Amino acid sequence: MRPYTFARARSVRQALANAGEGTAFLAGGTTLVDLMKLEVMSPEHVVDINRLPLGGIRHDRDGLHIGALERMSDVAADDTVRRHYPVIAQALELSASGQLRNMASIGGNLLQRTRCGYFRDVSTPCNKREPGSGCSALTGFNRMHAILGTSDACVATHASDLAVALVALGAEVRLTSGRGDRAVPLETFYTLPGGTPEVENVLRPGELVTGVTVPRSAWAAHSTYLKIRDRQSYEFALSSAAVALETRGRTIKQARIAVGGMGTRPWRLTSVERALAGKPATADTYESAVRRAADGASTLEHNEFKPALLRRTLVRALTALQEQA
Amino acid sequence: MNPDDDAGHSGSGVSRRGFLGGGVVAAAAAAPLVVTAADATPAAAAEADELVTVRVAVNGDPVTMRVDPRATLLDTLRDKLELTGTKKGCDRGQCGACTVHVDGRRVLSCLTLAATTDDRAVTTIEGLADGDRLHPMQEAFIEHDGFQCGFCTPGQIMSAVAMVDEGHAGSDDEIREGMSGNICRCSAYPSIVSAIKDAREAMR
Repeated sequence: MRPYTFARARSVRQALANAGEGTAFLAGGTTLVDLMKLEVMSPEHVVDINRLPLGGIRHDRDGLHIGALERMSDVAADDTVRRHYPVIAQALELSASGQLRNMASIGGNLLQRTRCGYFRDVSTPCNKREPGSGCSALTGFNRMHAILGTSDACVATHASDLAVALVALGAEVRLTSGRGDRAVPLETFYTLPGGTPEVENVLRPGELVTGVTVPRSAWAAHSTYLKIRDRQSYEFALSSAAVALETRGRTIKQARIAVGGMGTRPWRLTSVERALAGKPATADTYESAVRRAADGASTLEHNEFKPALLRRTLVRALTALQEQA
Repeated sequence: MNPDDDAGHSGSGVSRRGFLGGGVVAAAAAAPLVVTAADATPAAAAEADELVTVRVAVNGDPVTMRVDPRATLLDTLRDKLELTGTKKGCDRGQCGACTVHVDGRRVLSCLTLAATTDDRAVTTIEGLADGDRLHPMQEAFIEHDGFQCGFCTPGQIMSAVAMVDEGHAGSDDEIREGMSGNICRCSAYPSIVSAIKDAREAMR
């Protein structure tokens, strides 16, 4: 691990003071400490933000507000989240392990880095870690890699399950910096790799995530998260789907859908949403709505199975949700 | 999970193992390993700015120490406080061997910086027994042979105790899911599940 200076922030203001290029905010540490050990990340300054007043889970007329320092396990266990936003609780419970969920914060979860093995291995080229060095995954072992939103520079998937659920529900991420506060829809918070895969989101140097707001909706309470992975537990998604439906009787009024394990960022599927709207909630509807879900996908040598897996994941998630109703 | 790990760190001219060893020696030369704030002697001036003061309760005992901001709780427990019951498996947050409790919650000490444990209460496997009386989870692991080589066992037991306290040990499936962050290379999993079910009743 490279040397860095360490400071404990007692207030948001103190955390933001002098924060900029080279500063890393430390919450649960499950990404940052791991990647500092690997020397994939080597910040000059580490600011411990665990004592900041950025906790709390609140539900009001606008929706659900989750403080950035809430831990994954606490949000997953929250009664309001479980009842009114089940897709969030399920996405969290299907992530990581009990220990990691106790540590990892909501803000940190959204900012976690990809699990691409080449990104984590400093002995191999990686454009995300070392811009211009090349992408080892393009011609390497790329079974886990993305098929949507990829570029010639990067095919790494985004690893967060929570982010997939939040993108489906149209959540906003709240940010603060010395320049003031702002809120950004999570879907556009993440950027596509293009020619600059080292840039993953619109967060500015020294800017801090303070929380997440999930708007109240007619579909959030009728939602589910399905995760397909190589082992039953404690594994990242090969494929996942967050599905929320507003139904009237047997008819789907509106659908909100995002998938994980497929894209370079959490991937919203508005074409599938539109294809479901106004249709009866039947197996035929699902099969027909997901037919073009993987349009525009570019597969690699080892992940040609992913378009079919994406369609099947969606059908299974929709079917499971309908059976719960 | 990188066998060349220490070699990787030698790029800076100091291997991590060498660095940590040196750190302990330097601290020992300046002051006892465990010191109170009142009689703490600052380390050499060149290093003083880099070290962070941490006041933490470890197994109920208050400890004040000066740590490198890079030191993990795992390395600090083992190398500085000589509590070697907590094991270093992967050192990457993937195996669970280093599980301890911080403020009563199970966490991975390999991904926890010691510098962040100021004002916290840490419990390790050494702090679980009540004097000579083993914790019901320790008794149950012995009773059910919940291990073969034993290397993952302290982490398994610390994780299991917290999981029962969390209320997530209702069924065999729930136990398997809740313990999935603790890997056992000897594959003693069936015995671990049996042990936890037994201890769960004793812990009521």
